[in-house]
Amino acid sequence: MSVLAVLEQRGGKWNRVSFETLAAAQQIAVEWGVPATAAVLGSGVGALAVDLAGKRLETVYAVEHELLADYTPDGYAVALRQLLDRVKPTLALFPHTYQVRDFLPKLAASLGRSAVCDAIALRLEGGQPVLVRRIFQGRLNADVRFAGDGPHLASLQAGAWRADWVAEGVARIESFAPEIAPAVIRTRPGEIFRESRREVDLSAAESIVAVGRGIGDAGNIELARRLAGLLGAELAASRPICDAGWLPMERQVGSSGQTVAPKLYLALGISGAIQHLVGMRGARTVVAINKDPDAPIFEVADYGIVGDLFQVAPELIEALRKSKPAS
Amino acid sequence: MKIVVAIKPAAGRDEPLRIAASGKWIEEADLALEIAEADAYALEVGLQLKEKHGGEVIALCAGPPRAAQVLREALAKGADRAIHIEEERTGLDPLATARLLAAAIAPEAPDLVLAGLESGDLGHAQTGVMLAELLGLPHATIVMEVEVENGCLRVKRELENGWFQRVEMPMPALVAVQSGIAKLRYATLMGIKKARTKEIRRVAAADLGVGGIASGAAIDRVYPPERSRRTQLLDGSPREAATLLVEKLRFEARAI
Repeated sequence: MSVLAVLEQRGGKWNRVSFETLAAAQQIAVEWGVPATAAVLGSGVGALAVDLAGKRLETVYAVEHELLADYTPDGYAVALRQLLDRVKPTLALFPHTYQVRDFLPKLAASLGRSAVCDAIALRLEGGQPVLVRRIFQGRLNADVRFAGDGPHLASLQAGAWRADWVAEGVARIESFAPEIAPAVIRTRPGEIFRESRREVDLSAAESIVAVGRGIGDAGNIELARRLAGLLGAELAASRPICDAGWLPMERQVGSSGQTVAPKLYLALGISGAIQHLVGMRGARTVVAINKDPDAPIFEVADYGIVGDLFQVAPELIEALRKSKPAS
Repeated sequence: MKIVVAIKPAAGRDEPLRIAASGKWIEEADLALEIAEADAYALEVGLQLKEKHGGEVIALCAGPPRAAQVLREALAKGADRAIHIEEERTGLDPLATARLLAAAIAPEAPDLVLAGLESGDLGHAQTGVMLAELLGLPHATIVMEVEVENGCLRVKRELENGWFQRVEMPMPALVAVQSGIAKLRYATLMGIKKARTKEIRRVAAADLGVGGIASGAAIDRVYPPERSRRTQLLDGSPREAATLLVEKLRFEARAI
């Protein structure tokens, strides 16, 4: 029995969410009384494996193959399947990144099982792991248990564990060379690129007024713009608003947009899907105005007003005008 | 080009959620079903590709009889025909769902299978990729653009933090599209009329020969999430709440 953390790198650089997964694997392994191990895949991952040799792990698997140099779902799935055969972990944990979302279901299906994706907590109950997932856009939680024999597969939500919980120690490094026939890899990945230089750098904004679906219509964004103007804030939005073309994509906050850390983040009609929350967790003071008292945004807000934003926002504009210090 | 769009009949985002007496699931019969948001984009991509390259769009879903409404909508928007795998309890296990869908897709031998990245209800984000594995197809997920050229598929994938990547693969293939990939069309009156004459082929899940598999994980309990106690909820009329908020932001949080 063991717990395996599969960590993510690109071009020799760690995806830092990996260390949250590593911390989770170490914690559950201690509680369970089983060894924790970790794996990194790629071509030329020796230096990355050495990074892990200083962590409290039984073994670090350096999964090395030239066809793993560029990520492909085919290559990763076939390599990981062989690694799981070799290591036989009871539980394999992955960070819930875009890359993991691309290959983990394929790996799971090839093993005749589903994975448990995007878990926010992991504990033991009666000696068995229980994972917690958010369902229905965060309106409910679900406790999930694995069925049958391992390896059980799960991915963990970014931000749900902390990278600084990783325990230091000594681990031995084991190289693992999977067999990958070139024909196995059917997709041809190109270079990664950014669309265009960003005109707006939300990450440097002191204050942000962000709008979500609750704004209802493109015409209503003017209300948020006036509020932002009074606060000296940048205007931002959750994904659906940019998808609809009501604000440019570069004003999107969240996992597929910008990550921000303003002093003030005022969320208007944003429900608080996790993809949005990961982009604004760093804000110092969060205000949420939303008609749904159960909206997940209220879980991260310092101040909340449950109500109709079309009534509250104009009053807020009025109150700000009145309270402006005379200058 | 023959395109299958896998559609999840999902609960609308404002549907009331009542936890079932067992505590293990919700009262599903309460929920009005609609095309899962990401799947609506998959359908849109399918329809646009058909308009450009010709061919046929087949809408496919697995769900209870009332999910037929979802397929009707897909037909009204322009899908040519539909396949409805009748299954009372679906969506709980992504592999079980993917096996049903794969069994229905395989005999169609499509050039392209489209799915949404994830549904807004359970959000497993696994069914599409699993379908690719079960059908032996190459795949790409989180796709923002799809082009077809000489039997080759070229997609733009979204990576994290504003990065993108183009990926090429031979067809047949499966693409899981990201919400926002295209502008969604509405069904026209003519479309709705036409949909009435289009075929929805019903298949009993049991007849697909893939039932009765427990394959991964099961929900033990559903419950409302714990609210963090640090949120100060400001009550009163909109004016009172707004005034109090400005005071709090100025003097307590010192954020303005």
